[in-house]
Amino acid sequence: MATVTPPRQGTPAADGPRTPAPPRTQPSRLRTTLGRLDVRLSPYLYIAPFFVVFALVGLFPLVYTAFVSMHDWHLLGGQGEFVGLDNYVDVIQQPTFLVALRNTFSIFLLSSVPQVLAAIVVAAVLDANLRAKTFWRMGVLLPYVVMPVAAALIFSRLFADGAGMINTLLGGIGIEPIRWHADTLASHVAIATMVNFRWTGYNTLIFLAAMQAVPRDLYEAAVIDGANRFRQFFSVTVPMLRPTIIFVVITSTIGGLQIFDEPRMYDQYGRGGADKQWMTITLFLYDLGWGPQKSFGRAAAVAWILFLIIVLIGLVNFAITRRIASAGDIARTKKTGGVR
Amino acid sequence: MHTRKWLTLGAGIATVALVAGCGGGAGDGDDTGTGSGGEGGGDEKVTLTIATFNEFGYDDGLLDEYMELNPNITIEHKRAATADEARDNLNTRIAAGSGLSDIEAIEVDWLAELMQYSENFNDLSDPELEGRWIDWKVDAATTADGQLIGYGTDIGPEGICYRADLFEAAGLPTDRAEVAALLEGDWDTYFEVGKQFVAKSDAAWFDSAGATYQGMINQVENAYEEDDDTPIGIDHDTVKDIYDAVVTASVDDELSAGLRQWSDDWFAAFQSGAFATMACPGWMLGIIEGNAAGVEGWDIADVFPGGGGNWGGSYLTVPTHTEHPEEAIALAKWLTAPEQQLKAFASKGTFPSQVEAQSSDELLSMTNPFFNDAPTGEILVNRAEAVTATPHKGPNYFAIHQTVQDALTRVDVDKTDDAASSWDKALQAYEELGLE
Repeated sequence: MATVTPPRQGTPAADGPRTPAPPRTQPSRLRTTLGRLDVRLSPYLYIAPFFVVFALVGLFPLVYTAFVSMHDWHLLGGQGEFVGLDNYVDVIQQPTFLVALRNTFSIFLLSSVPQVLAAIVVAAVLDANLRAKTFWRMGVLLPYVVMPVAAALIFSRLFADGAGMINTLLGGIGIEPIRWHADTLASHVAIATMVNFRWTGYNTLIFLAAMQAVPRDLYEAAVIDGANRFRQFFSVTVPMLRPTIIFVVITSTIGGLQIFDEPRMYDQYGRGGADKQWMTITLFLYDLGWGPQKSFGRAAAVAWILFLIIVLIGLVNFAITRRIASAGDIARTKKTGGVR
Repeated sequence: MHTRKWLTLGAGIATVALVAGCGGGAGDGDDTGTGSGGEGGGDEKVTLTIATFNEFGYDDGLLDEYMELNPNITIEHKRAATADEARDNLNTRIAAGSGLSDIEAIEVDWLAELMQYSENFNDLSDPELEGRWIDWKVDAATTADGQLIGYGTDIGPEGICYRADLFEAAGLPTDRAEVAALLEGDWDTYFEVGKQFVAKSDAAWFDSAGATYQGMINQVENAYEEDDDTPIGIDHDTVKDIYDAVVTASVDDELSAGLRQWSDDWFAAFQSGAFATMACPGWMLGIIEGNAAGVEGWDIADVFPGGGGNWGGSYLTVPTHTEHPEEAIALAKWLTAPEQQLKAFASKGTFPSQVEAQSSDELLSMTNPFFNDAPTGEILVNRAEAVTATPHKGPNYFAIHQTVQDALTRVDVDKTDDAASSWDKALQAYEELGLE
């Protein structure tokens, strides 16, 4: 209250003409000023918490990371000399950086693509008339509740090269054991499997929600036109889901490029394999900052490079979104036009 | 009647749990004012956390004993699965300035990198403890200006652990004195006997190239760094020759089981009998016993290729972040006293670094039933005496060592590279460290 009183004294001239009854000036002036402030400031106050929190845990770390990345900075020793962009140059020149980039994109593609496809199919199944609907719908979300580290521990047992269950099963049907930790692609598949285990159900629910928002008359029209189930799925459901697909693709891109828990827990050492078979960008970052080099400066530089990569891919996504979203509108007008 | 009884019991349990919960909570955080008697600091309830890794031998009653002796102290033991993991935890928490345990165990391989930042640790030097440990153990943990950052727990004098049953099947002697005589000599002898063994057995001779390399490099005084900590890297004959010897033995002669130490497959191999021998520092005895439970035939021979060797060994430090430095130091002092270290040795085979413990009859007469009643005390005392080289481990030791270990893993375990291409990658990894 005390903080809002000063403006009252500062604005009598502006308020004067609008307050007709002199005896009631004092309270009504206060009230109007407050009322005006309320109207003007409240919206900002309502959204302020988000921005305050964002500034604290988003913007500040971002800027501070940039600051760290311009210095020699030791994990335990702290801030050193200002080195400009040296850390960035050092990091980009290291062959390990390219390997990490390759691994990150490979694991990202191996996880996101099958994941989105599987999620759409499962959602379509759940969208049909099933008994005990809620049970099945909650069931697909169950893996999401499992801690990623716990899941990674169990999966790394399954995928052990010699004594793992999957190789034992493969051996049972006469297939050569797969070297899950030695072979680059095999390790990516194994890690992507963990990611898919966790996120497919989550994306399924998002798709399911979107599917239920598709107007039912579209399906009726499709049935009248003689479309079978598959035709309905590909010509009605999928086009109507496009905006949701884009949303899911963007979120899983951001998540996929920052993948850390699963590769870190994939073996006892957590350094991405002796030949960096599954060292992702975030593991590379961790290794620079907390590994032998203990160089926070270089780790911060990698963090910023990763940030820029994600922004870049976000922009590409955005461009594609605009094109596909408009294509979706066209599909919609076509279909609805057909009904009418 | 029954219902009421159960209700009462339930209420009783709930009350006890509540009280216990309160006690724990108060001990964890700010403990001022929780001293119930108010008779001074001695009776204050204090919860101490101690962070160790692998097997320190403290869980077999040692910590309980201390709590019984000091009723006001509650000890929580956090155990990391590997030394690497413990190192990560410690570094991260020192950097963050919080979350550290009151006592943090550190391994000799990364002692030096922490010595540079000794201001994070309490000075533990104490005239009373002069002469408790063997000299090099104390010297390694003492800074130039005389600060002692950790109390020595164990050292790792190495013998050779072997599977007598596999030896017998391959026509080799099984008695531990005969095995010692058989393996007496340098590493070539060890590898030669290995070739005879694998010719007649399905099992491999040793577990991993990495562990064997570890045994060999620990016999070199200045493998990676000069005495003044100047890095000399890995591109020189000392390291390269050992690397070549290990790779030849492991891959060309197929002596290695191709397992990476501490991996799931490595642990599983103790049950499947995939290899017949391994370099065996004292603390490894507990690990073998734990993972090979139910397997008969393990034994330990009083011999080590190329003379003696020391692998690992640890210290207990008290970080300055602790809220209870006095109590923590007292506990560390107690745990590293000769009597307690002997009990730890009896439990998990962590060989004492304390002078008095090493010469005690108790140690010399100690046997280990899992290892066919081997006189492990006497054997390890002999192995400790055979150690001639004290490798210099400077601040970059761990980082440089890792580059060669990775190279060996690529050749021996992953088989993604041959000896030459893997070595090139090691050189590149060394370059990326940016030390020179």
